[in-house]
Amino acid sequence: MDRELHIRFLRDMLRARRMEERFAQEYTRGNIGGFLHLYPGEEAVAVGVLHAAEPGDYIVSTYREHVHALVRGMSMRAIAAELFGKRDGCSRGMGGSMHLFDAAHRFLGGYAIVGETYPVAIGAAYAVMMRGLPEAVICFFGDGAVNQGNFHESLNMAALWKLPVLFVCENNHYQIGTEIHRHSAVTEVYKRACAYNIPAERVTGMDAEQVHTHTLDALKRVRAGLGPALLEFETYRYRGHSMSDPGSYRPQPELKAWEADDPIAAELRDLPMHYPDADTLKAAGIDTTEDIGHRAIENGHLDTHGLEKLEAEIRAEIEDAIAFALASPEPTLDEAKGYLTAGLIHETLI
Amino acid sequence: MQTLTYWQALNRALDAEMAADDSVFILGEDVGLYGGTYRVTEGLYAKYGERRVLDTPISENSFTGLGVGAAMAGMRPVVEIMTVNFALLALDAIIDMAAKIPFMSGGQFAMPLTIRMPGGTAHQLGAQHSQRLEHTLMNVAGLRIVTPATPQDAYWQLRQAIRSDDCVIVLEHELLNFDQGPVDETIEAPPPHRAMVRREGSDLTVISYSRMANQALAAAGQLAAEGIEAEVIDLRGLRPIDWDTCAASVEKTGLLLIAEEDSRFAGAGAEIAATLAERCFASLRAAPMRVAALDLPNPYNKRLEQDIIPQPADIAAAARALINENS
Ligand SMILES: Cc1ncc(C[n+]2csc(CCOP(=O)(O)OP(=O)(O)O)c2C)c(N)n1
Ligand SMILES: [Mg+2]
Repeated sequence: MDRELHIRFLRDMLRARRMEERFAQEYTRGNIGGFLHLYPGEEAVAVGVLHAAEPGDYIVSTYREHVHALVRGMSMRAIAAELFGKRDGCSRGMGGSMHLFDAAHRFLGGYAIVGETYPVAIGAAYAVMMRGLPEAVICFFGDGAVNQGNFHESLNMAALWKLPVLFVCENNHYQIGTEIHRHSAVTEVYKRACAYNIPAERVTGMDAEQVHTHTLDALKRVRAGLGPALLEFETYRYRGHSMSDPGSYRPQPELKAWEADDPIAAELRDLPMHYPDADTLKAAGIDTTEDIGHRAIENGHLDTHGLEKLEAEIRAEIEDAIAFALASPEPTLDEAKGYLTAGLIHETLI
Repeated sequence: MQTLTYWQALNRALDAEMAADDSVFILGEDVGLYGGTYRVTEGLYAKYGERRVLDTPISENSFTGLGVGAAMAGMRPVVEIMTVNFALLALDAIIDMAAKIPFMSGGQFAMPLTIRMPGGTAHQLGAQHSQRLEHTLMNVAGLRIVTPATPQDAYWQLRQAIRSDDCVIVLEHELLNFDQGPVDETIEAPPPHRAMVRREGSDLTVISYSRMANQALAAAGQLAAEGIEAEVIDLRGLRPIDWDTCAASVEKTGLLLIAEEDSRFAGAGAEIAATLAERCFASLRAAPMRVAALDLPNPYNKRLEQDIIPQPADIAAAARALINENS
């Protein structure tokens, strides 16, 4: 993978991890209410998948969607303000953590009823198909969500009508406290797609590059009008199901093993060494190319520095987003009433 | 007498019925190994094993339907729907199967099925997780609905539900789970649908159910300090409704206020107002009045959420207005 893409992945994964960690803090401070489902551990999936998406694609997500929204390009400010329930939130303070929406980014929402993403996705895909555009719909869901009947109903319709939808299963092996082998007779989610002749594969979800490559391939087929595809990414959430779940039903060795597989650590480890070229170094007035090159190899300072800079930028972005969310006004009841009909002409009878 | 939380009272009721009758079994998401999302089934998996405390996939319509089939074949299933919000996915099993099979079969099949679901508005759970479904369920012939507001009622009404040969919906409330109260396991329970006068008073009747009955009691406390004596009736259930207890109170006070957490339009309050207006027209000194949620999905924003759901102060204000305009 080229360095630029690698850095972009690293940046988004770090933004995702740090943002979620901050949201956990803000939750304990009482600035965020309700249920808060966090994403640490699963970042490589969002980053790999959504960096393969085009601006014209539609995204449908679940209640664990803050990072999908962020990587899709929605501003951290709008996400934070929504979690704070404020007027400048992406859903104007009406939706909250589980219901982020953004029409401009074709982010069709976070849905809190397990299984709702499939029908919304095939509906958007039907619209794309009718218009004959090379757009795709990306539909996220968890391993627990495949036992909802509408999974099968929607896969069947998607295949029957060759709808341009990519089904993306984030298999973190748990449905709250119930492990996958206790909720599913077949624990390889991708195998279910064969009943509908939908091409599917299982890929590690702990490596953004692999996620990205497989998503690009799958989307190529989808955009070509050949019908839906399904990708199952195996991943793990490091935290409990939500802030109200300590996650203590999971054995420590299991958690440790997955933490050892941390997708962010992997990104850092694989980061290609990058050295300024000779001209840059000369312009900077450094003695000799060889000398700085050697020192850089020995202590890796160039990368460490770059990383620190990146982290500092991300810290600043988060501070800014939180300050923005705090300062944003509360929505009013009149605004709330106005949103019920999205401003369409209507008669008030009651 | 012992003091228990609401969830502990439900837990005791389940335990007692499971111990008494082998045909009772529980099923639902995370009810077993995890101990229940709201702890209601805590300890039962260890005690009764994984067949009688069955962890299900996220397949609400089908596992509720499984409860229907098992009930037809002689068991007494207790389905836990994690929260009332997910019951929307099981309405086919509830409304079209559980409620109708006894009728459609000409009375051949009983429906000894209990469906528990905590409902109501908790804290900022957003529009999809703050459903109040009493509107929908009340309208279904063939269902019984109980709405316990206290730990004692939770204990009594769940046990009665499990013993009932009809399908009973136990509509709990998420915010009541940690409420504490006395629970006597020895005295005989009143009939499951008998309304209870929680506070006697002569100035007006306030009728409510579930958590809002407790809010109405709190409002009555505020009113008493001003010299207004409200009679507070807790319906304890929404289908059937104990009209005699309600009518007796309205005939005594002549003024009726209804407090409900669900929204006003076509809600429980509408049914109560209409029926009591029909029955007690001559005794009523004013039109019945309703305090209800605004006709909106729940906003996530904290202040707005509080604005749309009636608070004790809203109930007290409505009571004051009713009294002042009619005395
Ligand atoms: C229809 C429905 N039933 C139950 C729930 C409660 N619930 C929320 S998330 C969840 C588990 C979902 O697991 P999975 O699909 O694997 O996604 P994950 O949370 O692991 O990302 C459950 C049971 C719900 N939101 N919707
Ligand atoms: Mg999962």
